[in-house]
Amino acid sequence: MANANEPSSARAIHPLHAVLLASTIPLYLGALLSDLAYNSTYHIQWSNFASWLLVGAMLFTGMALAWTLVTLLRPHARRPLVTFVLLLALFALGLLNSLVHARDAWGTMPEGLILSVIVTILAVAATWSGFSTATRRANT
Amino acid sequence: MKRQHHLLIAGAYLTLLAGCGSDPDPVQHGPNPQLPEQGRGLVPSMEIAEPAPWGNEKPRVPDGYEVTAIATDLGIPRQTLVLPNGDILIAEGRGGKAPALRPKDMIAGVIKAKGTTSVESGNRLTLLRDADGDGVYEGRGVFADGLNAPYGLAFVDNHLYVANQDALVMFPYEDGQTRASAPPVKITDLPSEINHHWTKALAASPDGQFLYVGIGSNSNITERGMTAEANRAMIWEVDAKTGAHRPYATGLRNPTALAVQPDTGTLWAVVNERDELGPNLVPDYLTSVREGAFYGWPYSYWGQNVDPRVRPQDPKKVVAAVKPDYALGSHVAALGLSFSDSAMGTPFANGAFVGEHGSWNRSEPSGYKVVFVPFRGGRPSGDPIDFVTGFRDADGTTRGRPVGVTVDPRGALIIADDLANTIWRVTPRNRAPSARAPSPGVPQPEAKPE
Repeated sequence: MANANEPSSARAIHPLHAVLLASTIPLYLGALLSDLAYNSTYHIQWSNFASWLLVGAMLFTGMALAWTLVTLLRPHARRPLVTFVLLLALFALGLLNSLVHARDAWGTMPEGLILSVIVTILAVAATWSGFSTATRRANT
Repeated sequence: MKRQHHLLIAGAYLTLLAGCGSDPDPVQHGPNPQLPEQGRGLVPSMEIAEPAPWGNEKPRVPDGYEVTAIATDLGIPRQTLVLPNGDILIAEGRGGKAPALRPKDMIAGVIKAKGTTSVESGNRLTLLRDADGDGVYEGRGVFADGLNAPYGLAFVDNHLYVANQDALVMFPYEDGQTRASAPPVKITDLPSEINHHWTKALAASPDGQFLYVGIGSNSNITERGMTAEANRAMIWEVDAKTGAHRPYATGLRNPTALAVQPDTGTLWAVVNERDELGPNLVPDYLTSVREGAFYGWPYSYWGQNVDPRVRPQDPKKVVAAVKPDYALGSHVAALGLSFSDSAMGTPFANGAFVGEHGSWNRSEPSGYKVVFVPFRGGRPSGDPIDFVTGFRDADGTTRGRPVGVTVDPRGALIIADDLANTIWRVTPRNRAPSARAPSPGVPQPEAKPE
């Protein structure tokens, strides 16, 4: 827990960076749940939802990735290298998943569903890592 | 970040190219086309036409034939009809109001629009007249306007039928008439919700009792949901008097042109098949339309080749699917069909002309020409022969895209070009341009200053 008397640890992670990172989780999770719903109902609207949720997820992933890259390039004691690698992988697989979701109807399956599982896990890992790196730095 | 994005896109394209760029063209003409494995790649192959004006260029025609532009500056000409007195009617317009449901729809919409005309939809019928039979259509006027994306045209016994994108309508017509005398009478509404494939092809039975309307599917392959496909991807038989209708044949993804074979009275259609299964799937086709037959869409193609993108699947329908008669090639986008006549000259006298609008879903374009499918004994026989080419150069420069083709029994092929907004007329050189004698006493349509 950060001590209010220590200004250096008052901000564990920049609030905006926190929003960018954490927003990826519900968006990728939403895409995954939509894919699961399409998988069980064959109702195409769920597939449309998944496509749009992925667009939002990619937007936040891209911005979080850019932020992390800038942090990485600045002289810090502890660099968010793991977060950066996770976000880079998330961006690549997220883009791949978006392209898979651009296939028509059941053409997205099963690759789309599998990729949605992977990117959801990656989004949790990247966010976890992003917050942990910042916290560790704050505690140093 | 931006550079990474581009690198990833580039990577995706490389993957794609490795997947299908070197795919040789299989033989896809005739009754038994080679059907390669399905394979779309990460991004569908795309090559969009780059529109350019004709300038002094013209389409290329075989030796012994000549081609002239008989009307320009139209409002997107699609199909034409030659009336008994030799006048030509042109249906002009752009239809469809399918909303973009997915990010892909928005992106693809912008990309594909680059390869089409940007002029305003005419929503009218223009009439052309060559009163003195010299091959120059000096008369031009609007026969009817205020129509809703008219496409299919048919004429039987003083009845001019027009298939708008939402309704089949009829104008009474007297020989020599240059302007509709009254608003059109509605025969029946046509399925028009969403209208992903909006064109309504039209042909009349020889006795005029029935009209056949081609209604395209509401999606490429059910990506707008199964419920959107009610009454779609089929040919309706409509009672010309009452408007009563029934499905005549089903499972035809997008029947874009219909024609009745002169000697047999059989209904034929050209049909555009599904995209995004690879550059060499699925061949568009020309087929006689068997009453009550199911032609596969969406469950399967060319008989029993199952399309895995459709859920729920329907194995019973797959078994029931019949094979079309004659493959024209994948992605050629056949939009015009007209049976020939001896007046067209010997090599092209017995068979059918097919207008091929041209592909988007191929890295090496196909179509962009008018072909002739030779017939023998009332059936297609032999490979298609290029009849009119030169619409597109090897570098992608595209001056025109053929749509409707109509044989004028006086010895001419009328071609609607919806990119250049032009009507082309191809005639055998050895004949008089038009056999028609001037008809005195018939009023001229107002000549429109060009």
